[in-house]
Amino acid sequence: MRLSAHDLVCVRGDRLVFADLDFHVDTGELLAIRGPNGAGKTSLLRSIAGLVQLAAGRIELADADPELTVAEQAHYLGHRDALKPSLSVAENLAFWARYLGSGGTQPAEALEAVGLASLAALPAGYLSAGQRRRLSVARLLAAYRPIWLLDEPTSTLDAAAQARLADIMRRHLAGGGLILAATHGQLGLDGTRELILGEAP
Amino acid sequence: MDALAALLVRDMRLAVRVGGGALVGVLFFLIVVTIVPLGVGPDLALLARIGPAILWIGALLASLLALDRLLAADHDDGSLDLILTGRAPLELAVAVKALAHWVTTSLPLVIAAPALGLFLNLEPGAIGAVALTLLVGTPALTFIGLIGAALAVALRRGGLLLPVLVLPLTIPILIFGVAASNAAIVGPVPFGPPFAILGALTLLSLVVGPYAAAAALRHGLE
Repeated sequence: MRLSAHDLVCVRGDRLVFADLDFHVDTGELLAIRGPNGAGKTSLLRSIAGLVQLAAGRIELADADPELTVAEQAHYLGHRDALKPSLSVAENLAFWARYLGSGGTQPAEALEAVGLASLAALPAGYLSAGQRRRLSVARLLAAYRPIWLLDEPTSTLDAAAQARLADIMRRHLAGGGLILAATHGQLGLDGTRELILGEAP
Repeated sequence: MDALAALLVRDMRLAVRVGGGALVGVLFFLIVVTIVPLGVGPDLALLARIGPAILWIGALLASLLALDRLLAADHDDGSLDLILTGRAPLELAVAVKALAHWVTTSLPLVIAAPALGLFLNLEPGAIGAVALTLLVGTPALTFIGLIGAALAVALRRGGLLLPVLVLPLTIPILIFGVAASNAAIVGPVPFGPPFAILGALTLLSLVVGPYAAAAALRHGLE
């Protein structure tokens, strides 16, 4: 599988965010997207997920299920965590697992993997910011999709949870997935390629 | 199909949990219907004559009440982003959300209407006619409201814009709903024609609503 982008141009309001952006990501690769605030990291991830319309350019996916669009094969992990405070941790996860696709690990195992198994019955409204983020990560495991689009995945996570996330990402890459992650910090994975936004060419 | 069933169950569960507001609509309906006799006075004949219209206007206002959160809640917490990346067509997803909304907010109004009809001195036959027209007509209110809810999200204007957008579009539903009820109670027009038109309006809104709402959401992509 190869995700490639050609000549992407993104305009928000009247401001040109980025232009003529080319990159590609292959199976088993992690592309770290870096750049200052406002450089378009989130816009790039959202445009791949089909949530932002690009002014120009095209995104292609080779060697993948031709029946599905790129967005339908991608997980988007954004700043807003899509959790309902009145549903329990397990109910939130089970819903997204059923809605977003099948073939992932069992929700209970996904909760185990992010260390939330003991809180499964707790309403999500009582979770801390870091726990909410971990629950979002569990969603990536509970519904299998090969492309992960992660926006600041390590924000609000403590050191142990960051190590656990690195482990989860490593396993996803080894299992035939690919990851694009916008980040300011270190993701803790070797062999990471980087895409720098917001600098003069 | 499984994804849509999951969405239906989730939305209905959210509506009946704390803060979901499913019963607030019924309470509001009760208050509106109770206030009218206090305003117009204890003239039983007058109340019986305007009763169907009061029940319909009360149901219309009550069904608007929770419409604001139909899509805005999912937009605010990022759920709408994930629903957009789902494999189910967006038209069906918003239709399922509207269905869950109707079951949890409008169906209780239909069930409460006969009891409130007694407050307004309606005959049993009249109560049956109003309840039947509400059962057939309220899905149209929800699915027209769905368009308004999607526009409010796409235009990033919440709350107050919604009733102003939606109420004018619901006037035909109100006219034919009340006309059918009155036809059943006082005649001389037969019940059939206005009721059939009401049914047709509902069927039309069931088709147009989800397409228009999905188009509004797609257009409003940031």
